[in-house]
Amino acid sequence: MTITQINKRRKTSRKKRSKNSRVKSVILSLTGITVGFLFIFPYVTMLSTALKPKSDITDMPPTYFPKVYEWVNFIKVFQEIPFGMYMRNTLVISIATMIIGIIVAVPAAYYVARNNFRLRTPFLLLVLITQMFSPTSLLIGIYRELSIFNLVNTYQGLILINVSFNLAFSVWILSSFFRTIPVEIEEAAFIDGASRFQTFRKISLPLAAPGIVTTAIFTFIAAWNEYVVAYTLASSPEKQPFSVGLSLLTGLYEVKWNFLFAGSLIAIIPIIILFISIEKYLVGGLTAGSVK
Amino acid sequence: MFKAGRRKNLSDKTFKKGSSFRSLPWIGPASLLIFIFVLWPVVELFLVSFREISVSGLIKGWAGADNYRALLDNSDLSGTLKRTAIWLVVVVALTMALSLPLAQLMNANFRGRRFLRYSVIVPWAASLVITATSWKWILDPYFGIVTRILVDLHITKESVDLLGDPRTSFIVLLAVGITVSLPFTSYVLLAGLQAIPKEIMEASLVDGASSWKGYWAITFPLLRPAFLVAAVINSVYVFNSFPIIWVMTKGGPAYETDTTTTFAYKVAFRDQDIGQSASLAVGNFFVILIFILLFLKLSKWKELDQR
Repeated sequence: MTITQINKRRKTSRKKRSKNSRVKSVILSLTGITVGFLFIFPYVTMLSTALKPKSDITDMPPTYFPKVYEWVNFIKVFQEIPFGMYMRNTLVISIATMIIGIIVAVPAAYYVARNNFRLRTPFLLLVLITQMFSPTSLLIGIYRELSIFNLVNTYQGLILINVSFNLAFSVWILSSFFRTIPVEIEEAAFIDGASRFQTFRKISLPLAAPGIVTTAIFTFIAAWNEYVVAYTLASSPEKQPFSVGLSLLTGLYEVKWNFLFAGSLIAIIPIIILFISIEKYLVGGLTAGSVK
Repeated sequence: MFKAGRRKNLSDKTFKKGSSFRSLPWIGPASLLIFIFVLWPVVELFLVSFREISVSGLIKGWAGADNYRALLDNSDLSGTLKRTAIWLVVVVALTMALSLPLAQLMNANFRGRRFLRYSVIVPWAASLVITATSWKWILDPYFGIVTRILVDLHITKESVDLLGDPRTSFIVLLAVGITVSLPFTSYVLLAGLQAIPKEIMEASLVDGASSWKGYWAITFPLLRPAFLVAAVINSVYVFNSFPIIWVMTKGGPAYETDTTTTFAYKVAFRDQDIGQSASLAVGNFFVILIFILLFLKLSKWKELDQR
């Protein structure tokens, strides 16, 4: 075989390979996009329904896409169903949960990350074990306890339950953030005469800001999406978050599906965006550091 | 004050080791909230399961094991237990089996990868109630899009009521349960895949091993810790899952699609038998406890404990 022949062969095989890999990457793309679409299929259907006028909702058989696009449904939803009230309740509960959760979790997480103390291991175990507890299996206990405190059907009751059940995750993820801050930085401030609390407030807290924001967003989302406890405890519509309010609307004689879904989309789209923004840290936090 | 040879660090200077009292302002509020609102309900639940309780919720006295006996005599219990086992095993097994290739796909390099990754996040981030409501609408026998699709594909001629038919409703719930479980598990596996050094992955291909063989010989063993943790945490989520079943079928028709979670809810808040429901919830709690022990074993909390 001459050198030119060999070279020729090489060239054709390279061409073949590059053609192969192009086909492969197109197939990958098609697969990936199809699979992705399967995951958002229910939400796309929701959007299509939300945009339909009332008369089209009960078309038999249903149309795939709206004949006319009623974007105004996204405004009318506030008049047609008590959506504004549900959103107000959801916001009150989630924002309060987020703020209280951070105020309580940050000091605990910081202390655990920085100090060795006798209660450290018991506290870590408490956090790790309760991270797996869900209010669903404890509903009766929660209901009875809140009855004793007179907190059934109140914002306070829902907020306290939300805060407490999310504390484990918050402490865990925050403390891993504090652990990444070099002790030397704090020691330097300490030597400069700063008190323990000043060091914490002026040095550690700002450095852990990304962690605090991540935790705050996660707690906010968890409270936003919470359903079982609110469904059981918030009996009056004036206290119900959207998850309960909207789900109860489906039990009515005439369901306004277009408005129901317009409201649903308003309630979930900002949350999806927030969720994507903290995705990087989620797996580490949810698996207690055993994966990431 | 310091023992010789002990590492001197910030904490040693400011806090004496062992002074639990000083740690209280820092970890006290968090511990208190967890004790009052997470652990107290557990205690309350156990107590209630041994009490005789009136419909209005008043405690009439101790019931001994009466609530547990009533639960065992409940004719709907055995079906519910069987379904709960199927629910847990099928959803977790299929979720784990499907999330391996899904994570691989999410890790591959192609145009549209970002779309795939963001799409997979959506059912995880969105409220489960809303997702379930949307599926209920999609499967509506008259106005749902699934009927339309099946008619257009000439699979059926008339409306199909997949959720109303006891033969299909539980299967549909299983499928929806899997789609909402997949995001978490595949993101955990994706994180596991990203932690594997590229050289190792490439080496497995260069060595001439077929990619299938290379996957099981090299990639999967490295992925095993992530796989196990994802499976255990996912089991807890699936076992506790309430909104999907509740929104789509309310455990119906009759009790045909109940798992212990929805069944306990019905007994407590519909049949008003708090005691009996509590005894079932105690059982549920022990199941979850087993998973928690597994989780503790898998997670490397002891390593994290030693800073």
